[in-house]
Amino acid sequence: MSKHTFSIGGVHPHDSKISRECAIEQLPLPPSVYLQLSQHIGAPAKPIVAVGDKVKVGQPIAEPGGFVSAFIHSSVSGTVKSIAPRPDLAGNPQMCIEIAVEGDEWADGIDTSDTLVTDLPEDNKAIIEKIRLAGVVGLGGATFPTHVKLSPPPGSKCEMIIINGCECEPYLTSDFRVLLEKGEQVVVGAAILSKVMGGVPCTIAIEVNKPEAIAHINEVIARLGYAGISVMPMKMRYPQGSEKQLIDAVMHRQVGSGALPISVGAVVQNVGTALAVYDAVQKNKPLIDNVLSVTGECFPRQANIRFRVGTPISYIIDCLGGMPADAVKVISGGPMMGRAISNLDAATLKGTSAILFLTEKQTRRAPEGNCIRCGKCADACPMGLEPFLLIRHARLGNLEALEQNAVQDCIECGCCLYSCPARIPLLDHIRQAKGAVLGAIRARAAAAKAATEAAKPAPVIPSAVEESKK
Amino acid sequence: MSKLLVSPSPHIHSKDSTRSLMLDVVIALIPAAICSFVFYGWREVLLMAVSVASCVLLEWAVTRFMLKKPSTIGDFSAVITGMLLALNLPYTTPLWVVVTGAVVAIGVAKLTFGGIGQNIWNPALVGRVFLLVSFPTYMTTWGAPAGVVDAVSGPTPLGAIQEGLLSGASVQDLTAAYNYKDLLFANLGGSAGEACALALLAGFVYLCIRKVIKPWITLSIFATVALTALIFWGINPDRFTGPLFNLLTGGLILGACFMATDYVTSPMSLWGGVVFGVGIGFLTMMIRYFGSYPEGVSFAILIMNSVVPLLNMWFHQKKFGRK
Repeated sequence: MSKHTFSIGGVHPHDSKISRECAIEQLPLPPSVYLQLSQHIGAPAKPIVAVGDKVKVGQPIAEPGGFVSAFIHSSVSGTVKSIAPRPDLAGNPQMCIEIAVEGDEWADGIDTSDTLVTDLPEDNKAIIEKIRLAGVVGLGGATFPTHVKLSPPPGSKCEMIIINGCECEPYLTSDFRVLLEKGEQVVVGAAILSKVMGGVPCTIAIEVNKPEAIAHINEVIARLGYAGISVMPMKMRYPQGSEKQLIDAVMHRQVGSGALPISVGAVVQNVGTALAVYDAVQKNKPLIDNVLSVTGECFPRQANIRFRVGTPISYIIDCLGGMPADAVKVISGGPMMGRAISNLDAATLKGTSAILFLTEKQTRRAPEGNCIRCGKCADACPMGLEPFLLIRHARLGNLEALEQNAVQDCIECGCCLYSCPARIPLLDHIRQAKGAVLGAIRARAAAAKAATEAAKPAPVIPSAVEESKK
Repeated sequence: MSKLLVSPSPHIHSKDSTRSLMLDVVIALIPAAICSFVFYGWREVLLMAVSVASCVLLEWAVTRFMLKKPSTIGDFSAVITGMLLALNLPYTTPLWVVVTGAVVAIGVAKLTFGGIGQNIWNPALVGRVFLLVSFPTYMTTWGAPAGVVDAVSGPTPLGAIQEGLLSGASVQDLTAAYNYKDLLFANLGGSAGEACALALLAGFVYLCIRKVIKPWITLSIFATVALTALIFWGINPDRFTGPLFNLLTGGLILGACFMATDYVTSPMSLWGGVVFGVGIGFLTMMIRYFGSYPEGVSFAILIMNSVVPLLNMWFHQKKFGRK
């Protein structure tokens, strides 16, 4: 049994990987797709097509709206029907490009064959540019643009690439299936990532509840003959797949508060991202599809499906037999960090990893009781915070104390709320408090910046200085 | 389309609840309860029944009629208080005294502060200490287990030694009357809970395995008691009792395993817990050696309960990626 795991906190929910045996299926094309312009962290993309334009699969339809932003490509071929706001999964309007599907015609230059291409391009800059042009974003949850992550700020040095195959969230099996069915592509993708970062070693972290994947990837690495890539079996523990926790587990280094992984020499990419990188670099295929699990004990038709980005969730559910009668909650993502869906007509995004159905019994929150000061929330917190203390300050609106007790370090993994025996909605309150504290920190930074700029003007006029002192 | 439930993550919850944790403590106390029944008979069963019933009933009545809140008896914490109170009393205690203890424990020490989770001091201990200072006659006449010792009642080992010391005897002569096998398996006069050390330790191990409590508080109490006793006993074995004797007598095991580890009244952090345990161990020994009461565990725990908020303020767990 593997001992590799992160050092603080964590919980052990039942892994419930009931769709693990379901091979990846191709979802039929929907009548229309809706491509949200903001489906990555950073600035929303800007449309470069107009209503009425004919587009092909893989053709760019929106360009980055800033440095931290990403291209969006048409995931289908057809006609642009509208560029308009459409309710997302929480019902909030989001700008979407609607494309009516006509046939399945791919843009030129995309290699749609299954041939494995193992020869890596020489030029690292060209590789990163290809990744950028393909609109690749992190598929582990945060959807951070990958090319930005691969361009570390000057002065920082990458020492290891970690491929995150932990899939520590219960129920999710899409990464597992990708590792099993697209293991070669993932390993080549990992090799590309390690080459881009200067030939650093690459560790593929997989939890021990996926022994087939560990064996398969080991076999693939040996077969393809990559010396710098290795598999690290991880102890089962949530939230192992969280970036900071995974770096701690693999490299025994803790990323400081507010710092980036690169500050300790680490770059983490998800299994799905490694596959997308392979597709982008070796096959010229932009990120237009992804694999998600459709699962839940109450859902009879378990599946792992490859879907085109922008496919409405309701279409996927209908294809697999419709809503189960006793499901009361549908979640996009896993049960620990996923978002509850209120609008089933919402479109899937690049980073959608699962559609999970939960029954009332599974998800109903019991009434809140008194805190019994058992400290289980503090034991569970992987960031070493004390949720019982944070919620007390949050209820008092005590922002200063919240900041002193590092509420801004919270990764919102949900371990505190999960483990609280009194069923106190710890994370609900802490999440709000974190938002308020981050706002205060930003306001302070902005004020400090404004102050230095105000103090900057070179020709100092004594009276103005006097004025500013007041 | 049916309505969908929407709430923030996480969407699932561990099976632990206040009730399940408290139920584990009740289970952990059962071996000790059974032992006390074996040694002291039906009278002990009656004592425990009255104690538990009055605690539960009182909590129900007060929450229902005075606080006008949903009753909290379903969380089993009142049952634990009742069991611990009973295990802390001599089996000969009159039932009206037991009820008085329950009123103080639940009514004064627990519900006055706002019920479960809000109290500063361990309710069962407050009840016990109230009875100890109010009705010392009942509380220090300890029945010896039926059929084991001829005497119907007598002082506890610690009480006997204190009296003996006052009359000029040496500790060595006094402790010669006890052997450690008896102390472990309960053949001595004392409160029901002091009766069987092994049964209490079994309950403690169960709680640790079930991860209801962490062992650090208890272990630091044991270590401090042993170390303090070793030092004093090493200096003057005629005046001071030794480590093993102190570990096995006077309800130390009951206090260290079940009272000091009470969630509500113990520190949250690991090091806070260790300091808390060291404080209890040291104070216990000081009271035993130099105090006017032969026994100090209850007082030591209550005193350390009072500094828990400070310990929680001073000791925090290590935060990820911060110095």
